[in-house]
Amino acid sequence: MKLDARIPEGPIADKWTEYKGHVPLVSPANKRRIDVIVVGTGLAGSSAAASLAELGYNVKAFCFQDSPRRAHSIAAQGGINAAKNYQNDGDSVFRLFYDTVKGGDYRSREANVHRLAEVSASIIDQCVAQGVPFARDYGGQLDNRSFGGVQVSRTFYAKGQTGQQLLLGAYSALSRQIANGRVKMYHRHEMVDVVTVDGKARGIIAKNLVTGKLERHSAHAVLLCTGGYGNVFFLSTNAMGSNVTAAWRAHKKGAFFGNPCFTQIHPTCIPVSGEHQSKLTLMSESLRNDGRIWVPLHKEDAQAIREGRLKATDLPEEKRDYYLERRYPAFGNLVPRDVASRAAKERCDEGHGVNATGEAVYLDFASAIERYGKEQANLKGLHNPTQEQIIDLGTQAVEAKYGNLFQMYEKITDDNPYRTPMMIYPAVHYTMGGLWVDYNLMTTVPGLFALGEANFSDHGANRLGASALMQGLADGYFVAPYTVGDYLSNDIRTGTIPTDSPEFDAAEKAAEERQQAFLDAKGTTPVDVFHRKLGKIMWDECGMARSADGLKKAIADIRALREEFYKDVRVPGQREGLNIELDKAARVADFMELGELMCLDALTREESCGGHFRTEYQSEDGEALRDDAKFTHVAVWEHQDGDPGKSVRHQEELNYENVKLITRSYK
Amino acid sequence: MNLTLQIWRQNGPQDAGRTVTYPVSNVSPDMSFLEMIDELNIDLIKKGEEPIAFDHDCREGICGMCSMFINGEAHGPDRGVTTCQLHMRTFKDGDTITVEPWRAKAFPVIKDLMVDRSAFDRVIQAGGYVSVNTSGNTLDANAILVPKADADAAFDAATCIGCGACVATCKNASAMLFVSAKVSQLALLPQGKVEAAERVQNMVRQMDLEGFGNCTNTGACEVECPKGISLENIARMNREFLSASLTH
Repeated sequence: MKLDARIPEGPIADKWTEYKGHVPLVSPANKRRIDVIVVGTGLAGSSAAASLAELGYNVKAFCFQDSPRRAHSIAAQGGINAAKNYQNDGDSVFRLFYDTVKGGDYRSREANVHRLAEVSASIIDQCVAQGVPFARDYGGQLDNRSFGGVQVSRTFYAKGQTGQQLLLGAYSALSRQIANGRVKMYHRHEMVDVVTVDGKARGIIAKNLVTGKLERHSAHAVLLCTGGYGNVFFLSTNAMGSNVTAAWRAHKKGAFFGNPCFTQIHPTCIPVSGEHQSKLTLMSESLRNDGRIWVPLHKEDAQAIREGRLKATDLPEEKRDYYLERRYPAFGNLVPRDVASRAAKERCDEGHGVNATGEAVYLDFASAIERYGKEQANLKGLHNPTQEQIIDLGTQAVEAKYGNLFQMYEKITDDNPYRTPMMIYPAVHYTMGGLWVDYNLMTTVPGLFALGEANFSDHGANRLGASALMQGLADGYFVAPYTVGDYLSNDIRTGTIPTDSPEFDAAEKAAEERQQAFLDAKGTTPVDVFHRKLGKIMWDECGMARSADGLKKAIADIRALREEFYKDVRVPGQREGLNIELDKAARVADFMELGELMCLDALTREESCGGHFRTEYQSEDGEALRDDAKFTHVAVWEHQDGDPGKSVRHQEELNYENVKLITRSYK
Repeated sequence: MNLTLQIWRQNGPQDAGRTVTYPVSNVSPDMSFLEMIDELNIDLIKKGEEPIAFDHDCREGICGMCSMFINGEAHGPDRGVTTCQLHMRTFKDGDTITVEPWRAKAFPVIKDLMVDRSAFDRVIQAGGYVSVNTSGNTLDANAILVPKADADAAFDAATCIGCGACVATCKNASAMLFVSAKVSQLALLPQGKVEAAERVQNMVRQMDLEGFGNCTNTGACEVECPKGISLENIARMNREFLSASLTH
């Protein structure tokens, strides 16, 4: 099968405008006869469901949570990028496009990224119109801040809760469409398979998680807005329920998977505290605007700190190593995430880590508190402020900016970050890989679309901060309404898709058997135990540093674990009724297959780029070494015979016509 | 730490339900409350018993899904946190801890500690939005200036996570804090003012239809709210409702 990305002809700045100008439309009368299924209600799902319903389609939306408002987009903290150039600091559509392509280490598709940058400004307008309370300055205008990997301030924010505010905006738009009957909402429902008829996606099998019943839902198009698969690592910043099942089931039904190994390890998370840990908590990247990252310069001091003999605040400036400022003077603490994470790992591996496990570095706000304190003192007309007054005023200023994050940190660690530096360590956060889609966001299965984090297209090998929210809403509000219509314009004569076809029968029966198999195993080990084991294999061998030997070992280990799982898993209860363990078992089973594909993808990508760091491919000073001659492409995997080990690797060549490939440098 | 848990078990909405006692040992003070229940569930599964059903998702205090009534308080004894952020260091070795679901007529129990909060969704559907369609041609975001104080107050109201602690806490099972937070957010912003009168009337009507109780200003909701949503919002909603009733 030849992969056709269907990128419109013409100069990059005109492609989307041209596309919109010539895209086939569906008349209002016909839209009423067309059904669309949207799976997932995060930023991409809620915004797509609301926008398509406003256009007149019949939308059915699904989420596994108890309400669409709970989707994990809600936890995004720092902000959303947009090329508004409100700060007059040199921003433009081209610069946002350029930063994103460069930040992605030249492994994303130019045309998609440019479209993303083009629609970014409309997202902010739309959200403000919905009543999203972004931060404002004293003149009443919107405020901005800066994020990693860029030199402009283009990030809009609502304290450390931007994702929450944007999702509640999209949720309110969705609620309005539910109220007027254009969207039928199915909460506590999980998609367990996609149904294809004559090669086209024509519906889904969904499980009602309360009754345990499998339901058939048909539609003319199915949109997967189901997020990423970071939970394959067990410990990640994802929500406990975030899973790959919808995407993986689609993959097994013919949707190719793009760059599965591209995982973002976020540099600033609260370190692991013990074996009981169920998830990791992110501390927003926005903190790197004001926080300085350091470790003790001398190993003896690091050891003394680990053993509790020395405190961070006791260490004088000359005994501290602000290693990001030292290594990357141009970007300092605001280097992109992959660079910051690897640098933290390097220091800790060298013995400079500062918590009991040796896997933590400091994020210090002392100088920011002092700087803001002096600024505030000036504003308040205090001419000779005491040090105490400065610290007091500075603390208030920092609290106004990051209050909820500091509170969250204090609750988890029992430590006061205003007085002592935070301790942080990288953790799995986002997956750039995902279902392969063309320019229309359609997968290799006609009628099956993937939006937001579920697709692979915009972030290459590394996503820049505040760009996930931008992509989710761009796809849902401004891209899918055009591109899904393009596909549906051929479906106006089809009529309602029946659910009593042999294809639906077969899909439901297969789903039922899959569920029963977990119950029938009647083993001894709970699902979570297997999930933890899988996570450890993935983190050790397919995490921040990867090697051929390690990946081969991981593949063998995962295959063995999978076999053990089907023999020994214990799932209590039955198929009928609420059975949380059964739902977890089905998700973990899919993660175990995905994990193998991720390792296979990492093994075959013999270069280092973005979040993918192969220890064999690095420069003398430890920077990632790309191999543009061999790997300027998307690795696109086709599933075969129910065995991820037999997957076939295809390539989508990436042509850079507007950005010159250079070694990414933040020095 | 060794603790005794008294947990509400209820098979379904029709089941009468009962309290079951579970001793737990080797609890680390760094565990979250939910991680402690995770460990208990793993033990129950190994013993062939049914694990305790409870709602949770983000485990960082923002999704609003977790909902446990611990020792008579929504989200437990700590302030400004959800159950997933409640850490075991809040308790002492030897403590007995009771865990119940949210209790309110409008929140029927699904199983054990899980309740149905879809009434909140229906209240939002009744008017908790600005009626604006998706369009690439809305006004420029800076075309309407919003005083910082108003924007900040709207934001504070908008941080409600819809967990339902206010309802569970209130002796009348009133949803006034939840509803007023949304009413306030939109009433404070110029974008929301256009429909303010219809919104408050429709949302209050739906709130009553769902079977939530009335507000008697005891203020317990504000104390137990994990996001510190202020009672001032209820005052603002009453004002909005009264003026809407007089003019519409």
